[in-house]
Amino acid sequence: MSTDIIRSSAAEIADALARREVSSVEVTSAHLDRIAAVDGDVHAFLHVDAEGALAAARAVDDRRAAGEELHVMAGVPIAVKDVMATKGLPTTCGSKILEGWIPPYDATLVSRLRAAGMPILGKTNMDEFAMGSSTEHSAYGPTRNPWDLERIPGGSGGGSSAAVAAFEAPLAIGTDTGGSIRQPAAVTGTVGTKPTYGGVSRYGLVALASSLDQAGPCSRTVLDAALLHSVIGGHDPMDSTSIDAPAPPVVEAARRGDVKGMRIGVVKELGGEGYQPGVRARFEESVQLLVDAGAEVVEVSCPSFDFALAAYYLILPSEASSNLAKFDAMRYGLRVLPEGVDDPSAEQVMAATRDAGFGDEVKRRIILGTYALSSGYYDAYYGQAQKVRTLISRDFSAAFDKVDVLVSPTAPTTAFRLGEKLDDPMAMYLNDIATIPANLAGVPGMSLPSGVAEEDGLPTGIQILAPATEDARLYRVGAVLEKLLVDQWGGPLLATAPELTAKGA
Amino acid sequence: MSSLSRDDVAHLAGLARIDLSDAELDKMVGELSVILESVAKVQQAGAEDAPPMSHPMPLTNVTRPDEVRPSLGADAALAMAPASELQRFSVPRILAED
Repeated sequence: MSTDIIRSSAAEIADALARREVSSVEVTSAHLDRIAAVDGDVHAFLHVDAEGALAAARAVDDRRAAGEELHVMAGVPIAVKDVMATKGLPTTCGSKILEGWIPPYDATLVSRLRAAGMPILGKTNMDEFAMGSSTEHSAYGPTRNPWDLERIPGGSGGGSSAAVAAFEAPLAIGTDTGGSIRQPAAVTGTVGTKPTYGGVSRYGLVALASSLDQAGPCSRTVLDAALLHSVIGGHDPMDSTSIDAPAPPVVEAARRGDVKGMRIGVVKELGGEGYQPGVRARFEESVQLLVDAGAEVVEVSCPSFDFALAAYYLILPSEASSNLAKFDAMRYGLRVLPEGVDDPSAEQVMAATRDAGFGDEVKRRIILGTYALSSGYYDAYYGQAQKVRTLISRDFSAAFDKVDVLVSPTAPTTAFRLGEKLDDPMAMYLNDIATIPANLAGVPGMSLPSGVAEEDGLPTGIQILAPATEDARLYRVGAVLEKLLVDQWGGPLLATAPELTAKGA
Repeated sequence: MSSLSRDDVAHLAGLARIDLSDAELDKMVGELSVILESVAKVQQAGAEDAPPMSHPMPLTNVTRPDEVRPSLGADAALAMAPASELQRFSVPRILAED
């Protein structure tokens, strides 16, 4: 085992644990120490469960000592986005309306982490109910980008991406409704995969937009993402939208990493104008590396993608307005009584609670969704957006008739400054312009680091998209590109990130 | 059609059961109008003849056998309730006075 446990990949940690060179208690403690040292600055975590994580680690160490055969990831600690229900651990979704809520059950993917023997370090920060691209909409304050503490770590899963980038956890769980795994990965120099819709159970994932939400892995390497993907993926009878098939062979694909003879399409509509020069330059270099590795690269046009952002910001608020109706102050969460009303009705209590418990962005999207679904406007907005969704899906089908995977920059810019886009919702929404089409069509996507932009020295990401259920292709291509880039850089990109100052060390 | 009046937003907030303050209403009218103008772009996509798509996977009627299985007990279900009484959720009055 390397002397620096926290800088090791999850795969390296798993190997060292299996060879008994290190114990899970040591690995888990090292990460808890790192969290104690740097999370005051980064604020990736909303809740740290040192006791629970160490207990889980001890249990794995005992079982290993007893000669039990363990899961390959047993003893590797992980951080979980605060949108997943965790029995006995607070789950807030970044919202005041769920402050202090402790779920009575585990999400299926959390059960799978526990069954694999992976200690849960804590719950990571996020934009409230996953609505945002910067974590600035968290009711508990923003997470900061480990590359520059004055900048955003992406969102909504900025806590998970920052935790991994700051070496506070080797792995984290994210959820991706319009890019919330991939965009944070891009702006923090980490890896993130949104699996095929239905590839990972949504049971226990607090729903934002049910037809778009998908949980997936956050990591520092492509292989680590694959290892986690295979722990959480596969059919779950508790989720009726779960695909009735085993998890795809992503680990094999990541180990194989081969693009010879593969056809790769560069999406014409996702690039060019509106994309930062450094983002474009790193993207073009990555594409060239894939060509050098034997892939055939062509340009592919998906004209309907130009309407994806508009369709998404109708479909998502519509579904969210319905999903968030459950926060009614009756069964769980906050209950606030309206001021100056004697003997208020349930409806008055509900309205007062939702005003007090929801933040601005959540209110904005609920009201937008309420409008889009109102009679008289339904056909012009929600109905039309659903038709556009069909066109986008058709564009993907036509593209995948010609190529095996599609590529684009993950996000149009590098990490922007905290506060920069907070007062301009449309500017914030544009961060997801390249990631949204995959959610609308349900296809899988991955972001991995493509370098740093020379104009600001901040990380850039490249996105790979594959047909539904062909998640393994992402890992095949991602692994090749990662290897070529790391060789070129002379080491992992995160090794060049500035050191965080440890507090109280 | 893409612009919303303050009364429209107040009405929508009522439908959504969010008791917005006057200051929140003022701010939201402008923001929502900008967003609506932008998302109205879906009307120019030439999608009139496309069938609407509600879901990425062609799934219909996923069922399971109707078998009794363990579920949360009343104590676990009520543990996080704002108020409970007699093993039930306790809620404010649900009917108007008259």
